[in-house]
Amino acid sequence: MAALRARKTNNEADQPSSPVLRFGADKPLKLDAGTLLSPFQIAYQTYGTLNDARSNAILVCHALTGDQHVANTNPVTGKPGWWEVLIGPGRIIDTNRFFVICSNVIGGCLGSTGPASINPATGKPYGLDLPVITIRDMVRAQLMLIDHFGIEKLFCVLGGSMGGMQVLQWASSYPERVFSALPIATGARHSSQNIAFHEVGRQAVMADPDWHGGKYFELGKRPEKGLAVARMAAHITYLSEAALHRKFGRNLQDREALTFGFDADFQIESYLRHQGMTFVDRFDANSYLYMTRSMDYFDLAADHGGRLADAFAGTRTRFCLVSFTSDWLFPTEESRSVVHALNAAGASVSFVEIETDRGHDAFLLDEPELFAAINGFIASAARARGLSA
Amino acid sequence: MSVNRAQRVDLEVVADLIPPQSRVLDVGSGDGLLLELLQDTKQVDGRGMELSQRGVNECVARGLSVIQGDADKDLEFYPDKGFDFVVLSQTLQATRNPKLVLDELLRIGNRAIVSFPNFGHWRVRLSLFVHGRMPVNDDLPYSWYDTPNIHFCTIRDFVNLCDELGATVEKATALDGNGQKIGLSMPWWFWNFFGQQAVFLLKR
Repeated sequence: MAALRARKTNNEADQPSSPVLRFGADKPLKLDAGTLLSPFQIAYQTYGTLNDARSNAILVCHALTGDQHVANTNPVTGKPGWWEVLIGPGRIIDTNRFFVICSNVIGGCLGSTGPASINPATGKPYGLDLPVITIRDMVRAQLMLIDHFGIEKLFCVLGGSMGGMQVLQWASSYPERVFSALPIATGARHSSQNIAFHEVGRQAVMADPDWHGGKYFELGKRPEKGLAVARMAAHITYLSEAALHRKFGRNLQDREALTFGFDADFQIESYLRHQGMTFVDRFDANSYLYMTRSMDYFDLAADHGGRLADAFAGTRTRFCLVSFTSDWLFPTEESRSVVHALNAAGASVSFVEIETDRGHDAFLLDEPELFAAINGFIASAARARGLSA
Repeated sequence: MSVNRAQRVDLEVVADLIPPQSRVLDVGSGDGLLLELLQDTKQVDGRGMELSQRGVNECVARGLSVIQGDADKDLEFYPDKGFDFVVLSQTLQATRNPKLVLDELLRIGNRAIVSFPNFGHWRVRLSLFVHGRMPVNDDLPYSWYDTPNIHFCTIRDFVNLCDELGATVEKATALDGNGQKIGLSMPWWFWNFFGQQAVFLLKR
């Protein structure tokens, strides 16, 4: 079953089950690494209808291991879309009203060009021959998709974590294309601690003998153990100590007493192993290296002489930032420094910190205060944009 | 953090000072009453800063542009003259450094509007003079030990501070206990005695 699903992931890389936009040699993607990516493709999903004025489009940017299937059943896992609690008919982001677009990022593994895609020069998967992809590269590709739809100005760009980085990049690179921006649980740069966690994950992948310098597809192998360990370590950072203790405590897994061995005695161990195992069924190990690297390289202030406010100079975009009290991956201070920069740039900005013990992952969960903030922000932005209710 | 009052008459007075379509920053925006009033009646481009996260979240849920922030710490991030008006209503007395805050308001806004409870009001004086106690009443509901209002001043004190900061008083209004404006022709000492609240329009 796992093997079957694994094969399905690999197929999704080149022949996704969602719509795909292909760019030929005439339209290369300029990469920050200094090279051109061509040909390349973007896999995406849309929901709702673009209005005649093309003013009701919302772009959703996905996080590290997310994909374009934000509000439909995931073709690989069979699970609901990753943000269906928020997006859909009659939901807070109502697809009866808005035209919602979500695309797989460049470097991903669900249909947009990434390390698992076939390199036309060799006929084999790119592996590590794909240049390192940055957040700005992802956004540049998204812009080409938006241009394809003939959308002059997105009504809103939103996303959490790595998706939030893309939102900030959009607002900074293309302020005139973004009417409102909603970056959630994110920051304008990756902290040293976050880079450290990512490096642990990458080393786990690369230490797996089945990784083979990234050429595992050609040898019919996959570094599943390494990727699972990477996911386990990362997953801890998405939760909080309080939530872990509330959920698992020191409870034992299907046993009465400690076994004096190294099986998963504790529920938390069993839970993490499960998280690791299910992750490798749906995600490509090389893509994990590229995704984590893109976040590590992100530093919006550095791109503007060290002054974050300059990244947003003269912006007319309406911003709303959201952070969570127990998020130790992107603590509130990271959002606050963006807010201060936006204040200095004279931008219209709201900022909500939500009290929860659910950690970084809170942005993906049913958090009433998060939904209330998003609802209020979207509603007032829609009024300002002249979109009827 | 503001003084508890069922009716915030001062908000109407503040709103009257602001022309339509102005850019307004409301420092200590509380539950967003003033911002909402200004948006509905004056179509201002309004922003708020509020200390309590609960107040902020409620404001944002209602579509107001508000951030969590501390008047004592976070005003420094705003650029010079970024707003037409910066409003500080019923908050000055709760700041740690009122002089610095007022200085920042005058830097950020072309004009600053400040409203505050007058500690020179006769009832306050009576409480101190007759009972020898800090005043506790409907307008000043806290005891001395639990009040967020750590820097009370009188109207005269405030006028002195404005002088020190080189601010010009363009307009001043005192409200009596019933929320009625006290006649303009009255002298400062009269305002300082009978004004329960004061609203100042300042420029520098």
